[in-house]
Amino acid sequence: MTTETTSKKFNIDTVEHAEQTPEQQLPWAELGLKENEYQRVVEILGRRPTAAELAMYSVMWSEHCSYKSSKVHLRQFGDKVTDAMKEHLLVGIGENAGVVDIGDGWAVTFKVESHNHPSFVEPYQGAATGVGGIVRDIISMGARPVAVMDPLRFGAIDHPDTARLVHGIVAGIGGYGNSLGLPNIGGEVVFDSVYQGNPLVNALAVGVLRHEDIRLANASGVGNRVVLFGARTGGDGIGGASVLASESFDDAKPSKRPAVQVGDPFAEKVLIECCLELFKNGIVEGIQDLGAAGISCATSELASNGEGGMHVELTDVLLRDPSLTPGEILMSESQERMMAVVTPENAGAFEAIMDKWSVEYSWLGEVTDTGRLIIEWDGEKIVDVDPRTVAHDGPVYERPYSRPEWLDGVQADSFAGDRPSGGEQLKSAVLELMSSPNMCSKDWITNQYDRFVQGNTALAMPDDAGVVRVDEETGLGIALSTDANGRYSYLNPYDGARLALAEAYRNVATTGAQPMAVTDCLNFGSPEDPEVMWQFAESVRGLADACQDLGVPVTGGNVSLYNQTGGVAIHPTPVVGVLGVFDDVARRTPSGWREDGQAIYLLGTTRNELDGSEWANLRGHLGGQPPVLDLQAEKTLAAILVNSSRDGMIDAAHDLSEGGLAAALSEAALRFGVGARIGIDELCERDGIDPFTALFSESQGRAVVAVPRSEEVRFNDMCTARNFPRLRIGVVDAENQALDVQGHFTLPLAELKEAHEATLPKHFA
Amino acid sequence: MTVETPLIGHSAAEVVDEHLSGVRVGVVTFPGTLDDRDALRAVRIAGGTGVPLWHGDHDLKEVDAVIIPGGFSYGDYLRAGAISRFAPLMEQITAAASGGSLPVLGICNGFQVLTEAHLLPGSMIKNNHLHFLCKDQRLTVENTMTAWTSSYEQGTEIVVPLKNQDGQFVADERTLDELEGEGRVVFRYAGGNPNGSRRDIAGITNEHGNVVGLMPHPEHAVEAGFGPDSSAFGEVEVRGGVDGLGIFTSVLQKLVNK
Amino acid sequence: MPRIVVDVMPKPEILDPQGKAIAGALPRLGFTGFAEVRQGKRFELTVEGDVTEEVLEHARSAAATLLSNPVIEDVTRVEVIEDAQ
Repeated sequence: MTTETTSKKFNIDTVEHAEQTPEQQLPWAELGLKENEYQRVVEILGRRPTAAELAMYSVMWSEHCSYKSSKVHLRQFGDKVTDAMKEHLLVGIGENAGVVDIGDGWAVTFKVESHNHPSFVEPYQGAATGVGGIVRDIISMGARPVAVMDPLRFGAIDHPDTARLVHGIVAGIGGYGNSLGLPNIGGEVVFDSVYQGNPLVNALAVGVLRHEDIRLANASGVGNRVVLFGARTGGDGIGGASVLASESFDDAKPSKRPAVQVGDPFAEKVLIECCLELFKNGIVEGIQDLGAAGISCATSELASNGEGGMHVELTDVLLRDPSLTPGEILMSESQERMMAVVTPENAGAFEAIMDKWSVEYSWLGEVTDTGRLIIEWDGEKIVDVDPRTVAHDGPVYERPYSRPEWLDGVQADSFAGDRPSGGEQLKSAVLELMSSPNMCSKDWITNQYDRFVQGNTALAMPDDAGVVRVDEETGLGIALSTDANGRYSYLNPYDGARLALAEAYRNVATTGAQPMAVTDCLNFGSPEDPEVMWQFAESVRGLADACQDLGVPVTGGNVSLYNQTGGVAIHPTPVVGVLGVFDDVARRTPSGWREDGQAIYLLGTTRNELDGSEWANLRGHLGGQPPVLDLQAEKTLAAILVNSSRDGMIDAAHDLSEGGLAAALSEAALRFGVGARIGIDELCERDGIDPFTALFSESQGRAVVAVPRSEEVRFNDMCTARNFPRLRIGVVDAENQALDVQGHFTLPLAELKEAHEATLPKHFA
Repeated sequence: MTVETPLIGHSAAEVVDEHLSGVRVGVVTFPGTLDDRDALRAVRIAGGTGVPLWHGDHDLKEVDAVIIPGGFSYGDYLRAGAISRFAPLMEQITAAASGGSLPVLGICNGFQVLTEAHLLPGSMIKNNHLHFLCKDQRLTVENTMTAWTSSYEQGTEIVVPLKNQDGQFVADERTLDELEGEGRVVFRYAGGNPNGSRRDIAGITNEHGNVVGLMPHPEHAVEAGFGPDSSAFGEVEVRGGVDGLGIFTSVLQKLVNK
Repeated sequence: MPRIVVDVMPKPEILDPQGKAIAGALPRLGFTGFAEVRQGKRFELTVEGDVTEEVLEHARSAAATLLSNPVIEDVTRVEVIEDAQ
């Protein structure tokens, strides 16, 4: 194994040099620090920082790494957690990812993260490295990654730039995830012109581990050795900070730095197997993946979470580009790298595993008890800091926020547009809805992802949630769903976030899993705009409140700000992922009908709620208030769905959300190509609505289920006992290949299927 | 659900045969292999004993048959299978297989390794539609004389998952004619060609019938609840397709009866 | 008919996973002495008629906009080759 060191010497800005040259001007503004932040660094150190220290503070105190604008709000996720909610939480917010106890000694770790901006610049590599980054977060908890999901948001489907982004991003996710052997089990695809210049590429990964295998990012045990392994360090991700290339402050020209990072899924797959072998053999004491802020982050996090000291020799880092300066090495975001802490006794075993997998590594230094993070360059001290000040004591801002003045007008503008009536109009409306960009079949995309690998996928797209078996002996498993509705959040950010959680929670329960924990990816515009900041604050408050009401804690996540082009921000888009647990995935409930003659029930109440709906969207309207949310009703509905699954009372279930009953019935029929005879007149009478509202309203707390005849009495008794509204609205009809909404229209499944499946190929194939 | 999971061919009843568990089937892992654990599970479900093999070893661990599973060995960066075929273990496998004795099955990337190693003719290029494609695929079993297909009826259709980017089988016309003439086309795509493969070929065998390669993944259609949504043998539960199990029971039966 | 050859290489500062994997395989097969491998693409554009400066300029432009991704790749060669008769 090569451990060559670069002997090239820069005119290095050492700590000693910094002490001697207090007047030296540093490019802190170019590195993104504000003047007060720079002054704070000087205050902490009692002198000017060295160039390398400046590099570390600037990346670690960036919005991306320090959450400086969002922190004051995100605290609610911790503050609003009750002891009962913590019951199953083994590791909470703050680590690489949260860890949840799912029973029998098994634990699950999961997290969703954004890779929005890089995916706009270079869609394939941006999306690919997004998958790579979130998977490394999961590995660094000690878990084997078992599945991924990708909530995606693009601009208008017919905009000329959308095809570029769709092709690149989908191929990038597939190219990386498929090569890692991770089934892709769900996600979302939304088209809306607000995302034209700011597509959202969020990536979720989930991993499983035994309780005893949990690994944390801390450097403990004085004398233990620090090792960097995986890919070599190149100039990736420091393009914007090329000012550091001249950090020796002579006139040397900045060398060329890549504008884009290229992912190497093969290197990551090998890294996964190699890490799992390290964990299995108990070789590592602490481990941290290298993502944003690279070695700066890994060393300062590891050191500050451990006994507080670390000593590192930076010339030992294996480089892909020998021209990198120390500051650049510290900032580099090269992919597929990990840092670990290993006892001296285990060093040999560590090296043997690296050699087996042909993974390069270099020993960089050791854990100390000095409380200082010391980094040397060829024996000369270039960093001497308290690691906590880098990793945890970044600036915190109470950004001003204010409710937008335009909001009252928007909320007063309720949908008053076209409401089809009569059989022919309703039938055309269903076809229009189901072929629309947001409601059409996403098969063209999801068929580019491997959903079979690992052999544990029990449900995947287009079912309500992805379901994966964890324990092959018992069938213990998990369900995952991610949801968000940017239009709802635009109309009312507090309710929008609650609605996103409610939908993900409902989706998980619809498959029969008990919802347990939450991860979130909060995508917003610029925090420096008080109106955006208000949307953010309201969203966090809403999500934290709803988590408390539903009894599911946020375990981790990510904030993505500055998603705006010019003065135009995206809709506030809090993507919420909910994890649920099954004692046996064999009882998972699919979304489609199968068996002729089973009774179809609609659970919940339908109101006239078209504001923010897909139908209003198709008519170009966005105004009013999103649907009313009753979280107690959601809890009861979830309990009914989970118990029905457990007791074998239902054979199919599909939640009602975007597109309402029309979408749910269409999807349940198309899932296996089995139709139904549906009657909506009794529903209209009971809820005081017209047929259009019955089909297109997006009232919450609803689901359609298929109940075998033999279970109808038991099922009804259970709904009665829980005082939950339900109505028998039809029967599964395996004979006539149609969705027959009796007295209104009959829609042949072939026609529906063709309309549903043609949209994406028409635009992208 | 009252729909019963139909059991395919003759394979299912024999799964409990305790002689089968004495059969050792090796599954090779290269760096970048993905479906190794799935292939081991398939062997186990079929009743045999799976033996993990490492590409860098020189030891076949006295296995009775070998599966080279799917994945992206060495990232498929040069050509799929191009680097893996030079692995030390491949020397042992090639030596034992080319004489006709050791049964070898290459699935997807494994098929690509076998063509690069010249144990099977032809090669795989990028799908004609240029995308990675994951779908439930219908296949016709055309040759039931191989070590891996004897438990199917000739002409039987099966449904197994297909998932690849470089799955288009190509060979020159003479080779194709030879394969057809000698009955060495083992699996053919049915219900439409998913990737432009010449003559709809999904899998082939060598002249001895001991080495078989196919692009679709039978190891993902062996366990009810985790397979494809459909079966060629009738209606099944959601993800209840187990049509691929016969491939694994075939080789176990053959080795037991040897 | 004359052809224009276009070579496209990953930018030197960009990671080339393909080249890296091949570089790793070479010494295992006894091909030592190579410090690095980078894998690029070669395109051949067959020209209808003569290759004028205008045609060549078209090819350069196609190479820069379609055949390469300027974010991660460089066009390293645009050259006419005549078919051997």
